[in-house]
Amino acid sequence: MTENIIQGKKKPSKWSMVGKDASSMPLKDIDLSHPGIWQANEYLPFLARLRKEDPVHYCENSAVGSYWSVTKYKDIMEVDTSPQIYSSEPTIGMVDTFEEFSFPAFISMDPPKHDEQRKVVQGVVAPANLKNLEGLIRQRVCNILDSLPLEEEFDWVNRVSIELTTQMLATLFDFPFEDRYKLTRWSDVATAIPGHGVINSIEERWESMEECLAYFTRLWNERINKEPGNDLVSMLAHGESTRNMPPTEFLGNIILLIVGGNDTTRNSISGGVLALNEFPDEYEKLRQDPSLVKNMISEIIRWQTPLAHMRRTAKTDAVLGGKQIKAGDKVVMWYASGNRDEEVIDRPDVFWIDRPNVRQHLSFGFGLHRCMGNRLAEMQLSILWEEIMQRFHKVEIVGDVERVYSSFVKGYTRMPVVLHPK
Amino acid sequence: MIGFCLILKAAIVAAAKNELVAKGELEMINILFIEHDGTEHPVEVKAGGSVMQAAVSNGVPGIDADCGGSCSCATCHVYVDSEWIDKLETIGPTEEAMLSLSTDRQETSRLSCQIPVAENLDGLVVKTPEFQF
Repeated sequence: MTENIIQGKKKPSKWSMVGKDASSMPLKDIDLSHPGIWQANEYLPFLARLRKEDPVHYCENSAVGSYWSVTKYKDIMEVDTSPQIYSSEPTIGMVDTFEEFSFPAFISMDPPKHDEQRKVVQGVVAPANLKNLEGLIRQRVCNILDSLPLEEEFDWVNRVSIELTTQMLATLFDFPFEDRYKLTRWSDVATAIPGHGVINSIEERWESMEECLAYFTRLWNERINKEPGNDLVSMLAHGESTRNMPPTEFLGNIILLIVGGNDTTRNSISGGVLALNEFPDEYEKLRQDPSLVKNMISEIIRWQTPLAHMRRTAKTDAVLGGKQIKAGDKVVMWYASGNRDEEVIDRPDVFWIDRPNVRQHLSFGFGLHRCMGNRLAEMQLSILWEEIMQRFHKVEIVGDVERVYSSFVKGYTRMPVVLHPK
Repeated sequence: MIGFCLILKAAIVAAAKNELVAKGELEMINILFIEHDGTEHPVEVKAGGSVMQAAVSNGVPGIDADCGGSCSCATCHVYVDSEWIDKLETIGPTEEAMLSLSTDRQETSRLSCQIPVAENLDGLVVKTPEFQF
């Protein structure tokens, strides 16, 4: 992470693409990894240019080293479904693991270990278990929505998106409810870039992660001595392939489940509000026919693409989209681009709530690492929008939306809104 | 006499069928989808596509097919009727990998995108699970 902090003020990084003309700059200089264009919401023209002119693009120099950008839907699908060539090890992030911060988790493992560990925990977010949680989720959604002020400005991100996903996480972990904001904090800290609001240094991240490990170790110890329960900590503690995990791996999997269940759904909750504000005709369509919610939430997840990319590492030489990939190369699948690929998705920049084949988006990834929590995310979003439509004529955005400084987590830090009742 | 007529009719139908097959004109194949609650959805499709496509193009509920048929999710999961399971091609490694991550896999579980609709499957019966995951 290159940071330039001078007397407490940051000057733009030399790597930033913000303000550059995507259509005229030399192709070789395009670098999607730097967070600037993502926070400034300027990334789409860069993605469009690469899809058109150089769909498998090599960036030789960046703050995170050299890497390939894969921007077309079909090429992304090929990488995601070829784990024998494109490995998830050692990490799925663009930064080669921080030495200070290396926690293995099954998202960054290949078979067979990945499969064994994933199987231990996925039951908690499988539809059969979710059916039992539906009533509770709806109750919590209603409580949150009924506590919101009407005709008065507030921050949707804090009061709704974060609150709802944090409550859900606390439920899945059977985490002490009064301490649930710790989960949000650990999730934010785990993916934050030092110096951009959440943490100031890597040391600060380390301290926070140690606190997280200590807390969850305590929960583990409590639950290992009890009968197996249906929460994630108990499942890890009693699972045959997870109960002897070393502490770093335990923490890695806990962080994975926290981040996976937190940032992503949070930003889809906010993203839906933004999309409906940008496409008022679609909002009207939804008012006329609230049964479109189910289709709409898949469209929200596509349009938002809450994780912009996943990284793989080539295990062998391979040819992708006509380009020669060498063993050891970093290969980045830009889901945020594949989801806007006009060759596969009709009018991809349009938010279209009754879009045909709406489920065929890349946001959950495909293949062995496909998002484990996808049904939970969909259920949370469905319930939320059903209940919003019961209560409010419009959730209106009334000020500037602020975005996360990250090329990985694609989302919002602030969204000022006013609620207009029905 | 009636018996003879029926045999003759059957022979004529079989001959007509053979002629169609010989000419390369595609047969209509019957597939019965049964939902977890017992609701039946009979469909008639031409040979050539997949069982997943047969369901989706006929509006059979319970099959999502999120990846569009490339064996890279498991949301077209079905339970093949045990009488039919031996007539199918064996499970390939990719299908096996995706199915192995399913939480409700049974002995006759298959991904319906990996079952081509062929003449020998006329009458196929598959059950759709309560949930796709």
